[in-house]
Amino acid sequence: MKIMVTVKQVPDTSGKVAVNEDGTLNRASMQTIINPDDLNAVEEALSLKDEYGCKVVAFTMGPMQAEPMLRELLAMGVDETVLISARQFGGSDTYATSQIIAAAIDTYGVDDDDIIIAGRQAIDGDTAQVGPQIAEKLHLPQVTYAGEVKKDGNVLTIKRMLEDGYMTVKVHTPCMITCIKELNEPRYMNVRGTIECWDKPLTIMDYDALKDHELIDATTIGLKGSPTNIYKSFAPPVKEPGMMLEGSGKETTDKLAHMLTSKHII
Amino acid sequence: MAYNSADIAAFKNVWVFCEQRQGKMMPTTFELISEGRKLADELGVELCGILLGDDVDGIAAELGGYGADRVYVYNSPLLKDYTTDAYTKVIVDAVEEFKPEIMIYGASHIGRDLAPRCAARLHTGLCADCTHLDVDLNGYVEFLRTGSNVDVDNTNFETKMFDVNTNLKMTRPAFGGHLMATIVCPRFRPAMATVRPGVMKRRPFDEEGVKKIEIVHPDFELSAEDVKTEVVEVVKAAKKLVDLIGAEYIVSVGRGIAKDVDGGIALAEELADVLGGVVGSSRAVVDAGWMTADHQVGQTGKTVHPKVYIALGISGAIQHKAGMQESEYIIAVNKDENAPMFEIADYGIVGDLFKVVPLLIESIKEAKAEA
Ligand SMILES: Cc1cc2nc3c(=O)[nH]c(=O)nc-3n(C[C@H](O)[C@H](O)[C@H](O)COP(=O)(O)OP(=O)(O)OC[C@H]3O[C@@H](n4cnc5c(N)ncnc54)[C@H](O)[C@@H]3O)c2cc1C
Ligand SMILES: Nc1ncnc2c1ncn2[C@@H]1O[C@H](COP(=O)(O)O)[C@@H](O)[C@H]1O
Repeated sequence: MKIMVTVKQVPDTSGKVAVNEDGTLNRASMQTIINPDDLNAVEEALSLKDEYGCKVVAFTMGPMQAEPMLRELLAMGVDETVLISARQFGGSDTYATSQIIAAAIDTYGVDDDDIIIAGRQAIDGDTAQVGPQIAEKLHLPQVTYAGEVKKDGNVLTIKRMLEDGYMTVKVHTPCMITCIKELNEPRYMNVRGTIECWDKPLTIMDYDALKDHELIDATTIGLKGSPTNIYKSFAPPVKEPGMMLEGSGKETTDKLAHMLTSKHII
Repeated sequence: MAYNSADIAAFKNVWVFCEQRQGKMMPTTFELISEGRKLADELGVELCGILLGDDVDGIAAELGGYGADRVYVYNSPLLKDYTTDAYTKVIVDAVEEFKPEIMIYGASHIGRDLAPRCAARLHTGLCADCTHLDVDLNGYVEFLRTGSNVDVDNTNFETKMFDVNTNLKMTRPAFGGHLMATIVCPRFRPAMATVRPGVMKRRPFDEEGVKKIEIVHPDFELSAEDVKTEVVEVVKAAKKLVDLIGAEYIVSVGRGIAKDVDGGIALAEELADVLGGVVGSSRAVVDAGWMTADHQVGQTGKTVHPKVYIALGISGAIQHKAGMQESEYIIAVNKDENAPMFEIADYGIVGDLFKVVPLLIESIKEAKAEA
């Protein structure tokens, strides 16, 4: 049994974000972080490892700069990491990304008692598509929005959260789960981990390592193989600031209330 | 490789996935049908719903009232509760049979589970969580004129890559709302989108449409072996969830209520009552356990566009704004005059919410009595 987690390095959208003249994002000006939901995916894998003693492998697709993030994961307790990186993979949309990550996971090998865990969504695109699309390409069942996971042999019982409640779903391994932040509290790296992470394997899968896989085809990967394209990108309109009322006493609230009623806003 | 989805001339009509739960139509479906009608008219084609469930014919005709010309209904005990496998199979088979050129789903927890799976199997593109859709280029340009900082008169919208007048242009926020992106799917069909609940406007209900709608039951194949997950139970939240998305007036509280959480929430509730609205919150409030997650407004909460949004003790982080900046009027009360919320507020009061809100409640009661 092993658990494979997919982890993405993302720009930190909570800080200041610089937008270039042409409406694209100035990535160079931004800090990168581990995608928040993916930390919950890693935590779920590690707690299953604590309980069942299995191996945890993290996969990420991105530029070589993702390596320090992978070291961090190893320091948290992940056993092995795979960096999927090649010029040919650049510019991939969710379809192409899933195709490539699925090929990498399949090349690594999926056994009958394995579990794959992804985050619900990555904060750069917020698409929540890559998890389900990897599952589709690997022909695996999926349970998304997992809020609780219980394991009994090869059967997982998962609380799948809905807007108006939840569903309890049973699924057999191998399967894909995508998790939400309510699932757990991610752990921190510990001192021993930060030393041990340098001895753990960090494999790189480049284009040559994957090119013979059936999912890898010029029509399915990279910018050219992506079914979707960006037509335009732009900054959202900046709303003009309105009126700052003077004071904060009853006169002020009276003034506001009268403006609202006279304009039929309330 | 050759894909069926690449023969784009073979695809026609606009489809909406009509999500039902426990035999009841999800309200977002009516928004999507209304939006779908607009897209179908721009293309001069038909608008069809696809409805899956067990014995759901009774809720199909109502879709006509919002503009659907036809509904494809698939009934089976295996479709009663949502499962990824059963729904994907039926939808993918239906798409291959009837070949719609556009297909939209609600960006609900179910739509966002289903749509990517269908797109991957059909080999086509999907744009997540859209907030604006256009086929017609003029409509798109007008949208950018008011809804962006783009200098539309000096922008070239033509491209050799595809026909800009017939391809669906799907616009959505990215990077936590810092950036908007318009996505196209020029080479494959259907072009698919999930659409954020609460964003598209419902059209007025038209009784004539209900009479005219055509309800079709195509043959389909589905067996228990196709479904790899088992739904053990479906549990509805015991208490009524707040209807933020449909609300006209929202009073939201942030970490500014910290010094008296119960008192702060009570004030917000009273103000909401006076206005006939509901109470929302920032994520900080939910994370602190002061309110349940269904109150949260923002990037990872709900997107709302009420007539009036009152932010009490909310700083105005970009992720919060992403969910409420489309409100018609924004009123902010914050003791910090530099709070970013004031940058987008129509009316701002700098002060302690525990002092200002009781006065505001009084003033509004008086003003309403006079008006
Ligand atoms: C990936 C990601 C997703 C996120 N998604 C969301 C989301 O969906 N929704 C969301 O809201 N946030 C979200 N956040 C969090 C967001 O970045 C902010 O942390 C959060 O919105 C802050 O909440 P707040 O304004 O209540 O708290 P604070 O930022 O702490 O602001 C409190 C405000 O109250 C004011 N105040 C204090 N006391 C008083 C008083 N007595 N009277 C009046 N004013 C007072 C202060 O001046 C301050 O401006 C997300 C963050 C990340 C990283
Ligand atoms: N480049 C990537 N490398 C590894 N995992 C990814 C990548 N992109 C997306 N994922 C995984 O898919 C999830 C959903 O991402 P997204 O569809 O981009 O919102 C993330 O939480 C990750 O677990």
